[in-house]
Amino acid sequence: MCLAIPMTVKKIEGSKAIVESMGVEKAVDIALTPDVKVNDKVIVHAGFIIEILDPEAAREIEATWDEYTTLLNQEQK
Amino acid sequence: MDIKKEAAVLSQFRIDTPVAIMEVCGTHTTEFFRTGVKDIFPENLRLIDGPGCPVCVTSNDYLDTAIAMGWQHNCVITTFGDMMKVPSSYSSLAKEKSKGLSVEVVYSPMDAVDMAEKNPEKKFIFLSIGFETTAPAEAVCVREAKKKNLKNFFILPGNKLTVPAVKVLLDSGEVNIDGFILPGHVSAIIGRKAWDFIATDYGKPSVIAGFEDYDLIRATLMLLHLLKDTTPKVLNEYARVVRDDGNPKALEIVYSVFTKGNATWRGIGIIPESGLDLKPEYADFDAYKQFPVEVPLPKEHPGCRCGELLRGVIIPTDCPLFGKACTPEHAVGPCMVSSEGPCSAYYKYGRK
Ligand code: SF4
Repeated sequence: MCLAIPMTVKKIEGSKAIVESMGVEKAVDIALTPDVKVNDKVIVHAGFIIEILDPEAAREIEATWDEYTTLLNQEQK
Repeated sequence: MDIKKEAAVLSQFRIDTPVAIMEVCGTHTTEFFRTGVKDIFPENLRLIDGPGCPVCVTSNDYLDTAIAMGWQHNCVITTFGDMMKVPSSYSSLAKEKSKGLSVEVVYSPMDAVDMAEKNPEKKFIFLSIGFETTAPAEAVCVREAKKKNLKNFFILPGNKLTVPAVKVLLDSGEVNIDGFILPGHVSAIIGRKAWDFIATDYGKPSVIAGFEDYDLIRATLMLLHLLKDTTPKVLNEYARVVRDDGNPKALEIVYSVFTKGNATWRGIGIIPESGLDLKPEYADFDAYKQFPVEVPLPKEHPGCRCGELLRGVIIPTDCPLFGKACTPEHAVGPCMVSSEGPCSAYYKYGRK
């Protein structure tokens, strides 16, 4: 029940958004994320968008992670 | 991203004294197995399942009451599919449906509101269960039903909050937990800061994790790293989704409809302020208030050890019924039925 999958917003129509993942489209409620825009990547749970993915944060994490693994590796030696 | 490299670092991580970490999310329970991340755990690292499956922690009297309401007040029960086969004290929704009780499975609570609107001659009760992730959707539905002035839509409040449950586990000291992998989507709603108490009050580290294989590897690595540190912290591996303050809009909606109250957890008992009751202004939608029922005292299957499991005291394979009398096809307890239940995850992916 708690599985929430990332989907892409295709269209916004009133209180609903059409979201898509792997070719499957679905109408979901946007009451919890009124600022959602077309092309946003979102997390959907029980028919509602619960949060919008932050591409900036994702990029930052990717950038630091390489360093982090190297660091961890060294510490272990 | 070099997941192989990260996986190698994890599998070779040196841990001198045994470490036990707990995940508090049913989806993490399953994903640790499904992705194989649990298989590459280094020696001395143990994963304990916490009370993270919303269906599993729902106590029997809740389902007993729902079934009684359906029959005694001639209501249609609407529910998430996970609840259908969960054993109640004397039956299950699926069994009652085969005897003629009206039970409808919905994907979204909004579907239940739509059903009520289209069928004004019938009464609909939605089984409102789930953690912080699900409560906002349910709150929107109650608000919507009020806005539409529906007189035939009700919910049976059964929502639970994970934060007080984690506190109870830490306070009881029954299980030794060195650190936590925290639920990603619960945290998307309540925010990273809601977990700070684990570090400040209990001196333990924790990491909020996403749900992909690399999320689980990274979160585990971060936690192992934190364990070597003397200052406990709450780190956020899932920052692409989880913000420090969560989703304030969702929280605002939840607490406009609900107020915190006592809730009974399977295996744990009553935890104060760990449930969500409807506010007085929404009493018309409260099935407990509108449909009083008499229910026999709840009973548990004597052999089922779901309760101990949900407290992290045992793992599924410690239960003598596991894989014998209890399988997903003939589940004795909810921990084997729900796709997020620890017994079901062990049965499907981890029988060894
Ligand atoms: S294996 Fe079955 S009986 Fe044993 S704890 Fe799990 S659900 Fe209960």
